[in-house]
Amino acid sequence: MSYPADYKYTKEHEWISVDGTKGTVGITDYAQSSLGDIVFVDLPKVGDPVKAGEIFGSVESVKAVSDLYSPVTGTVAEINEALKDAPEKINSDANTTWMLKVELSDAAELEKLLSAADYEKFVSEETGH
Amino acid sequence: MPETAAPLRKTALNAVHRAAKAKMVDFGGWDMPVDCCGLTAEHMAVRTGVGVFDVSHMGDIQLRGPGSLAAVQKLCMNDASKLQIGQAHYSAMLYPNGTFVDDVVVHKLSDNDYLIVINAGTREKDVQWVRSQIGSMPGVHVNDFSDYYTQLAIQGPKAIDVLQKLTPVDLAPIKNYWFTWGQVCGLHNVMIARTGYTGEDGFEIYIPSDEPTSARVWNEVLEAGKEFGILACGLGARNTLRLEAAMALYGHEISDTINVFEAGLGRYAKLDKGDFVGRDALVKVQEEGGPKRKLVGLEMIERGIGRDGYPVFSLDGAKIGEITSGSPAPFLKKNIALAYVPVEFGALDTEVAVEIRGQMVKAKVVPTPFYKRPKKA
Repeated sequence: MSYPADYKYTKEHEWISVDGTKGTVGITDYAQSSLGDIVFVDLPKVGDPVKAGEIFGSVESVKAVSDLYSPVTGTVAEINEALKDAPEKINSDANTTWMLKVELSDAAELEKLLSAADYEKFVSEETGH
Repeated sequence: MPETAAPLRKTALNAVHRAAKAKMVDFGGWDMPVDCCGLTAEHMAVRTGVGVFDVSHMGDIQLRGPGSLAAVQKLCMNDASKLQIGQAHYSAMLYPNGTFVDDVVVHKLSDNDYLIVINAGTREKDVQWVRSQIGSMPGVHVNDFSDYYTQLAIQGPKAIDVLQKLTPVDLAPIKNYWFTWGQVCGLHNVMIARTGYTGEDGFEIYIPSDEPTSARVWNEVLEAGKEFGILACGLGARNTLRLEAAMALYGHEISDTINVFEAGLGRYAKLDKGDFVGRDALVKVQEEGGPKRKLVGLEMIERGIGRDGYPVFSLDGAKIGEITSGSPAPFLKKNIALAYVPVEFGALDTEVAVEIRGQMVKAKVVPTPFYKRPKKA
């Protein structure tokens, strides 16, 4: 498992990479590994609002469905259309296969997210190894 | 996990699965691998090549003695008097109201010796049920052999080629749902059955359940299967494989609230064989014109995956039933489900709606099994 150091993380296993006022959101390597083979991603539309800690969509593997939680509040600026036909890209590279780009409305929210080291610690505590 | 949970039970191969980094899950109180090499890859390996499953969590009840046939006949709905030595069949133990204690596979080992293979999650209940029903029936002894065997399922069109490398027994003449005994991996008198739960050709072998022997045989099977691309498979693939084949899973398609006719398993209930537990209730269901609901296959026709427990609606918005098992089908590449609906919604091509996380998504009734393996040339 690898968690890029310049990303921030949620306890619901999303990552966000921020460039100026734009955040790029995906799910972590741990999340894709837990889900297994991903077959379906349900995302909001461009222009939809998202709110920190609230559900913005879902991701489904063969065996399970899981909600997606937004790390930040803002407006959806872009969605990764490639995931419609090739959701399995998330399994092959979770750290670069993004889902949403969000125009942030409050950059201070980023302070509440986990660092890579804290996220890794959180995962190891949650899984017991 | 609740703090009061009993410790998970482990098969003799638990350490082997963990060393192989399989993802483990609590299945009916057992710590079992759900995903060893990726569910889709495992599923495809079984459909097109070969896969091996640790199914040692399944239980095994032996009924032995001159009264054993009478006991099997009372306990199980299929007609065991039709079995020859070395033959097995699908059957079920029923409650007096015609619902399921469990579905089982009955093996006739000899005239006085039957082996009933039962589900993992129902083991204790089944054993107690068997003992309570047999009570003081003469000439039959009940043995719970569940912990004595490591049971491996080698499944797929290449299963025969893999197992043949490990045994001098000629496997080709063993017919589907027949079994024999012979040497496997140097072990004597191993039961080799041409059975499985994947809709594919394959074998199940029953070996001693000590850890070194279990690990050795597991590794030898993987080694022998290498040239055929064998994969170790988990319960995730086992579930999608059996779902494509529309085979029932206890607690989903069958349970103590579903009767045999509703489940579409009437062909295994031999009402004319004499009395058995549950027979009267089944006769009554028939006399009253058959079941009111039935198990149907659904295929999603709009985008969405119907899953276990999702409600099913008529197109005019009335709730009519529930999905018992639903998943993407890795081989068929469709989203399929089994669901109970009123019989009037059971005709092929009937359109219904599945409520998926608040949204109505259309599905239609399709024939089952969803997948049928190609006949051998």
